[in-house]
Amino acid sequence: MSTEPDNIENIVNRRYEHGFVTDIATDTMPPGLDEDVVRAISARKNEPEFLLEWRLRAYRQWREMQEPDWAHVHYPPIDFEAISYYASPKSDDDRPKSLDEVDPKLLETYDKLGIPLHERARLAGVAVDAVFDSVSVATTFKERLSDVGVIFCPFSEAVANHPELVQKYLGSVVPQRDNFYAALNSAVFSEGSFVYIPKGVRCPMELSTYFRINAANTGQFERTLIIADEGSHVSYLEGCTAPMRDENQLHAAVVELVALKDAEIKYSTVQNWYPGDENGVGGIYNFVTKRGDCRGANSKISWTQVETGSAITWKYPSCLLRGDNSVGEFYSVAVANNYQQADTGTKMIHIGRNTSSTIVSKGISAGNAENAYRGLVRVMPQADGARNHTQCDSLLIGKNCGAHTFPYMEIKNSGARVEHEATTSKISADQLFYCRQRGISEEDAVNMIVNGFCKEVFKELPMEFAVEAQALLNVSLEGAVG
Amino acid sequence: MLEISNLKATIGTTEILRGLSLSVNAGEVHAIMGPNGSGKSTLAQVIAGHADYKVTEGSVTYEGSDLLELEPEERAREGIFLSFQYPVEIPGVNNAYLLKASMNAKRKHQGLEEIDAFEFLKLAKEKMALLGMDPKFLNRGVNEGFSGGEKKRNEILQMAMLEPRLAILDETDSGLDIDALRAVAEGVNSLRTPDRAIILVTHYQRLLDYIEPDFVHVLSEGRIVRSGDKSLALQLEEKGYDWLREAANG
Repeated sequence: MSTEPDNIENIVNRRYEHGFVTDIATDTMPPGLDEDVVRAISARKNEPEFLLEWRLRAYRQWREMQEPDWAHVHYPPIDFEAISYYASPKSDDDRPKSLDEVDPKLLETYDKLGIPLHERARLAGVAVDAVFDSVSVATTFKERLSDVGVIFCPFSEAVANHPELVQKYLGSVVPQRDNFYAALNSAVFSEGSFVYIPKGVRCPMELSTYFRINAANTGQFERTLIIADEGSHVSYLEGCTAPMRDENQLHAAVVELVALKDAEIKYSTVQNWYPGDENGVGGIYNFVTKRGDCRGANSKISWTQVETGSAITWKYPSCLLRGDNSVGEFYSVAVANNYQQADTGTKMIHIGRNTSSTIVSKGISAGNAENAYRGLVRVMPQADGARNHTQCDSLLIGKNCGAHTFPYMEIKNSGARVEHEATTSKISADQLFYCRQRGISEEDAVNMIVNGFCKEVFKELPMEFAVEAQALLNVSLEGAVG
Repeated sequence: MLEISNLKATIGTTEILRGLSLSVNAGEVHAIMGPNGSGKSTLAQVIAGHADYKVTEGSVTYEGSDLLELEPEERAREGIFLSFQYPVEIPGVNNAYLLKASMNAKRKHQGLEEIDAFEFLKLAKEKMALLGMDPKFLNRGVNEGFSGGEKKRNEILQMAMLEPRLAILDETDSGLDIDALRAVAEGVNSLRTPDRAIILVTHYQRLLDYIEPDFVHVLSEGRIVRSGDKSLALQLEEKGYDWLREAANG
């Protein structure tokens, strides 16, 4: 495959010409949310009746719900009437035709991460489905996937071409009324990714999606649905960056994973949304609902996340372990610097027999940041032989940051084995001096210590993502020690 | 190589070094002895550039330039190595990784290529054999869970790999059993070359049975009160430090 930069331009343009996206001539909707807005979103996407009804039910439930206030985060009230719920580039001419037209800040971030954008598609076995402002513009490697029957496409395309799968699985893991933000997402989601892996198929490549938030004052509401049919296997990579913005932006995505009998889903995230400046101005509010359902026996869902961005992160990728012998894993690195606030963790719900879960959480706090781990391990009465191991480590850099751990355990089966380990450590002046005496700069020393701290999680990431994650951490903690 | 002149240094509001002068040439081994609190470790830390110690007066010249102007990592890259009295643990950071990063930082400074991974491993194993260290130490966290003796051997391993021009060993002999002491001494002696200088900070004469110094200096209350050859160390062993303190005051 060619590594020429214009190759990706060609792909982007060609895909676009093929008309994967139909509704590009529309403007951003005026701010505010009512049933008409929900209808308009659905109409613009030419959705079938069932989906409109589904959205409307979600909207009505959302109206009755209260914004949650239990997380260890603080922010001014969000005016949901001030948000525009649908944004789309005005015309073809507004779309990036080449890398020259892509936001330089975005490219700069990629550069800092060591992987220029034009190399992304070239990365062995990585398919790219880029979301620019709520609408997909490029999908690559499609043929190779369709050869084995894998469906990997923008959500709207799945609605058009595979409505039966969408209808069957949408909301089956995260119901519309699940929580305030999930309900909002269900009403107004505009785009996202859809993956279906047929029975017995091992997806031949890592699947990857890059999101970014572009238009100011536009909330983003992605919806991702991944279904791994019996005996199948898929590894999905999600990564995001956002250019600098002064106003806070709401982001409320929903990700649903369904693993049927003997299926395995590995979902990896490197999240790097704009965290606000060093004084805490601006930045993304990231209120995400991610949940996987190990629906069949012997299924496995593994979440790996590296969270460095966002002003506020509120996110608990979870596993419902319904199938007997099913396995849930959660590996997380959450970094909070400056005035970032993170309240993140996981839920492992043991329902089937001999289910097991592993939680490894690494929280890093620097500057004036607050970083909380919140995790729930619930063992239902019928879950004989359930096992959980939780390890929760916090690393503090500097004097003004905070680390908090809120582990919840609800064990209703006396045979369950549940373990929880927690540590808190600090990068000490002695460690830094030791490294400097060995010729290593302070910044490199911090990076080295932080990366050492996160090693257990990084090794769960696919190779190229691990490299990126490491670089991202270094960028995120620039100037953390001063 | 190293020229210390009338050096005064404080930590917090306490003055520890009170006008210390010392001259070290290439090829020499100097032993700095003295009672607890006399400023031995402070001297080592000041040469290495620890930020807690403020130099209030005097000068330190290294290879003809002002050492006090340099950041700690710059001093290290210029060839100054401190073997710490209490090497710190850095959990999660691989011992080999630190060592390689350290060597490469220095090589980069010298305009050299990064060390080849195989070459590094070969060299490390060679040095470890000399120090009687198990190669699996390379894959453990830096000093993580090491015994006192293991930590000290690890310091000497780093020194042997980094090949400093000026090595300062701060109480490297403390807490070592006789086998470890021999191994450490052997490591140090193997570095004795005409273009290199070594400063041994020690409380006891014992180490000097294995590493024979060219000069012995006795530190008391932040100043060198007596200098001599290795026989001075033996005298001290016999008479104790009070003998010199009295001599200095009298």
